[in-house]
Amino acid sequence: MEKRKGRKKRRGAFIFCCVAPATILMFLFMIMPTFNVFKMSLYKWGGFSAEKTFVGIENFKKLAADEKFLRSMQNSILIIVVVTVITMALAIVFAAVLSRQKLKGQGFFRVVFYIPNILSIVVISAIFSAIYDQRDGLLNTFIYLFRPVGENGEGLIAWLGNQKLVIWAIVIALIWQAIGYYMVMYMASMASVPESIYESASIEGAGGITQFFTMTLPLIWSNIRTTLTFFIISTINLSFMLVKAMTGGGPDGASDVFLNYMYSQAYTNSSYGYGMAIGVVVFIFSFALSGIVNAVTKRETLEF
Amino acid sequence: MNKKHNYSKVMTQFLVYLALIIFAVTIVVPVAWVFMASLKGNAEFYGRSPWALPEGLNFQNFIDAFEKANMGTYMVNSIIVTILALGFLLLIAIPAAYVLARYRFKGSKILNVVFMAGLFVNVNYIVVPIFLMLVDGDTFLRGHGMPPMLLNNLIMLALIYASTHLPFTVYLLSGFFASIPKDYEEAAFVDGSGYVRTMATIMIPMARPAVITIILFNFLAFWNEYIISMTLMTKDKFKTLPVGLMNLVSAQKASTNYGQLYAGLVIVMLPTLILYMLVQRRLTQGMSLGGLKG
Repeated sequence: MEKRKGRKKRRGAFIFCCVAPATILMFLFMIMPTFNVFKMSLYKWGGFSAEKTFVGIENFKKLAADEKFLRSMQNSILIIVVVTVITMALAIVFAAVLSRQKLKGQGFFRVVFYIPNILSIVVISAIFSAIYDQRDGLLNTFIYLFRPVGENGEGLIAWLGNQKLVIWAIVIALIWQAIGYYMVMYMASMASVPESIYESASIEGAGGITQFFTMTLPLIWSNIRTTLTFFIISTINLSFMLVKAMTGGGPDGASDVFLNYMYSQAYTNSSYGYGMAIGVVVFIFSFALSGIVNAVTKRETLEF
Repeated sequence: MNKKHNYSKVMTQFLVYLALIIFAVTIVVPVAWVFMASLKGNAEFYGRSPWALPEGLNFQNFIDAFEKANMGTYMVNSIIVTILALGFLLLIAIPAAYVLARYRFKGSKILNVVFMAGLFVNVNYIVVPIFLMLVDGDTFLRGHGMPPMLLNNLIMLALIYASTHLPFTVYLLSGFFASIPKDYEEAAFVDGSGYVRTMATIMIPMARPAVITIILFNFLAFWNEYIISMTLMTKDKFKTLPVGLMNLVSAQKASTNYGQLYAGLVIVMLPTLILYMLVQRRLTQGMSLGGLKG
């Protein structure tokens, strides 16, 4: 009896020692700050003065009329839609080609395509700054071969300095960064589809493209759905990190995305309450969007 | 009929190869170009094609980057933070993941839910509240006659790195622990092994593949991270490499020290590229283990 009690006590102590540090850290640096985002969004609090006044949903009302915020929202939605569609399509096609057609150099392509994913976003932004540089950029030196620049600088293409082009420059960098990761992911899930299914389909005369649409795609559909949800959330984050490092939102807010606007309000501008209200809106937006995408892409699952 | 079919097959094959090769070129060429540009003298960046090869092996840029642009200090900071954060993370996440996967106790369900929910909280949202919390803490310390030590503290930064990566790491590890048959532990308990010994000598060694995977992913994440570091390390001497590199990028816009900039780029990405070359198979296979991106 005594012995059993001692064992129970030791079990409790063991569990506590294992779980407590992680729980404390989670509480301090994840749960508390998240709670504070929501709480602070209801306060007017600016600068380093300790004065916080409760204003209810005032920040959100102001937000709805803030043109800069609406612009950053527009940019973000454009980025989410375009980057998601193109990245997903290319990643799935590349994965299907590399895992179905026994291409030479399969391993090489997989290794190379994954490289952007191991680079810091700061590195990526510096590389793309070199690519987009208006006079000596790696991209423009090609374009100028066909479209020479005039003496007075006429015809220079400022990818990052032009209000219309800059957002597309960001989109391209984001796609470049993401394809490899998702391709590798889809290759892994395609590898789990048994070869025998494809063999019987080939015998019945289904070609590669038919096989792709009637078999590969439906069979990995649940995997695509999950990645889609995460892709939306991660694009919101990555677009902020890239914009922050590459353009800072410029020129004149043309490449601002909503988390970048949040950061500049909350940190650079010290309007904490207002910045956190932006955070709340983006947080809810990203979850709502994921939920919608999840519902829209629901299909009857096909199993092998 | 057959001939036509063959023709279109060759055509698609060709187009597919073309697309793959073009994409591969857009990755390899810019990265290789940065290495090349890091060896150029500053004068070589003006009035010349960016594609021109460097005139010689000019390592002056690296010396300048280390000495003039402080990259040496930043690198030491990055190494310290990365190692500490990995240490904290492993020490804290492995036992927690094991217990959460294996033991039922009061509150275990809630804790599992909390760690799962943590997967959806991104640091970009909470970095400013964390900053404010540390500012408050420092004010409190100062008010009680102690030196402020929460902001601009590498150990603190490492602790926050570890904390923000706990949900992903615990999720991945506890999934792995749950897949190990219970027989091993039961046999150990029968032999009289205690809880700690069973975990340390039997379960953790069995989880080695998962542990290696999380070390790889988190090394890359910590080494490359810059949003938290930029926000919390306000003094120059505590900055980490990516933040230092960002400063170089913005300084270069004004004073055009391209050579130093590209040398800095090489310094930041070389460790990750070397690691990738050594373990790329493990890294890309490890993804199917977690299947998530933070």
